[in-house]
Amino acid sequence: MIIAQQKNIKDIAVMVEACEKVLLVGCAGCVTVCLSGGEKETEILASALRIMRKLAGKPLKTSTYIATRQCDPEFITPLEKLVGDADAVISLACGVGVQYLAEKYPDKWVVPAQDTLFAGGSTEHGRWDEKCGLCGDCILHRTGGICPVIRCAKSILNGPCGGSQNGRCEVDQDMTCAWQLIYERMKALGRLRDLTAVQPLKDWSKAMGGGPRRMLREDLMAK
Amino acid sequence: MKYLSKLQAILEDGHFAVTTEIGPPKHASAHGLKRNAQILKDFVDAANITDNQTAIVRLSSIAAGVHLLTGGLEPVVQMTCRDRNRIAIQADLLGAYSLGMRNLLCISGDHQQFGNHPTAKNVYDLDSIQLVNLMSRMRDEKKFFCGEEIKEYEPRFFIGAVANPFADPFEYRVDRLEKKIKAGAQFIQTQGVFDMERFERFMEMVRAKGLDQRAHILAGVIPLKSWRAAKFMQTQVAGMIVPDVLVDRLKNAAAPQSEGVAVCIEQIKYIKENIKGVHGIHIMAIAWEDIIPEIVRQAGLFPRPEVELD
Repeated sequence: MIIAQQKNIKDIAVMVEACEKVLLVGCAGCVTVCLSGGEKETEILASALRIMRKLAGKPLKTSTYIATRQCDPEFITPLEKLVGDADAVISLACGVGVQYLAEKYPDKWVVPAQDTLFAGGSTEHGRWDEKCGLCGDCILHRTGGICPVIRCAKSILNGPCGGSQNGRCEVDQDMTCAWQLIYERMKALGRLRDLTAVQPLKDWSKAMGGGPRRMLREDLMAK
Repeated sequence: MKYLSKLQAILEDGHFAVTTEIGPPKHASAHGLKRNAQILKDFVDAANITDNQTAIVRLSSIAAGVHLLTGGLEPVVQMTCRDRNRIAIQADLLGAYSLGMRNLLCISGDHQQFGNHPTAKNVYDLDSIQLVNLMSRMRDEKKFFCGEEIKEYEPRFFIGAVANPFADPFEYRVDRLEKKIKAGAQFIQTQGVFDMERFERFMEMVRAKGLDQRAHILAGVIPLKSWRAAKFMQTQVAGMIVPDVLVDRLKNAAAPQSEGVAVCIEQIKYIKENIKGVHGIHIMAIAWEDIIPEIVRQAGLFPRPEVELD
């Protein structure tokens, strides 16, 4: 899932300081699961903003809505009336949701309440780790199910580099060396031989850097 | 031409090679490089020029190579994968060859976090093993990395790589070294050796696989000026192992600098006489190049052999 983290409330308040009424839109997708932009967090942010503005002598009216998914036009269409009544929309979705709202409501000031961090998952309560680099060319079948593209600080495909010691990455002692993990897993699976092949150059054109990517499924498109 | 470079000639004629390392300056003048070339040219067979080591911006490795060459010292151009994509790497190496560089050392490069531009984006379009592989192919099959033919004047580098016996997983370091050799590495420089016992175990595994027959291995040594330098290497530099006994020896020495030199000479002699499969020594006297002639003399490695490239 997409992991996102709420911005500092002061920064969010500045984005809507000229507004008298704002709509806060949460998302029931990834950001609900990573506890940053679901129903609970949306209500808390709304009341926190109201309190801040009340203390500043410039009260703010808020309304809230939780979209099943903000990354789908179908689920943000029902917002039309609420959006119309507000001076601005604060999205608590990831960067995808913010853009869907902005595109759907071209006349409305839409701002992000979150910093979208990465694709990953929870590894213990209150901790999330990045697992996928969204590189568009998966090689997990060659690296024992552990991704060096995103979990190695250098994205090295023939690792580990000379900075790996005691299973730790040179960049940060709290960071596990992905290649140590790959080595251990391949060893346990009796597949160390697979690591002896020189891995070819990666096709980064499938990753970011070439403009926004697109996936087409002609079989699903309207004729 | 039988050999691609003087370094290759030294190694393949069976001499015990002596190389060193020069870090270019953080400015745009060549005076220090010229001075280093003058001091070192009779004492080493070739000198690596680091490529923005520890990700700190310095005068370029290739440009520094030109200054060394002019000063009579054969350069080993270092090329990291951190700062250039496959297009820039090829372009710069075509340029380096046209300027007379003949030795190339392919490395990943220190992460930019350690340098003076920690917010830079790293490139790592390719890694060091891929670089070795594709530069060998460029020489032997006359092909750019994309496979397109180089019609004439392909660069013909003597290609090296590095190995770190002190990084983990220990046993896999030998497998990875084999991978580098398979990719085309002709010479290998190791990380600075302080833990001799671990290095001996590493070389045992290297010999068991016959890797010392397939590439020339140069053991790295680092002369230390003080116990603080030793402590720094021990605690702050990733991928190093410095035994406490060495730190203590420098700490208790009346003259730490000469003790550091003595340690280095002992290490070189020990490696040369006792560890089979090592074909040379790579002295990394970080910002202490002046000491190298003394080390080379006292280690019994002076004068350097004369070789013919043809």
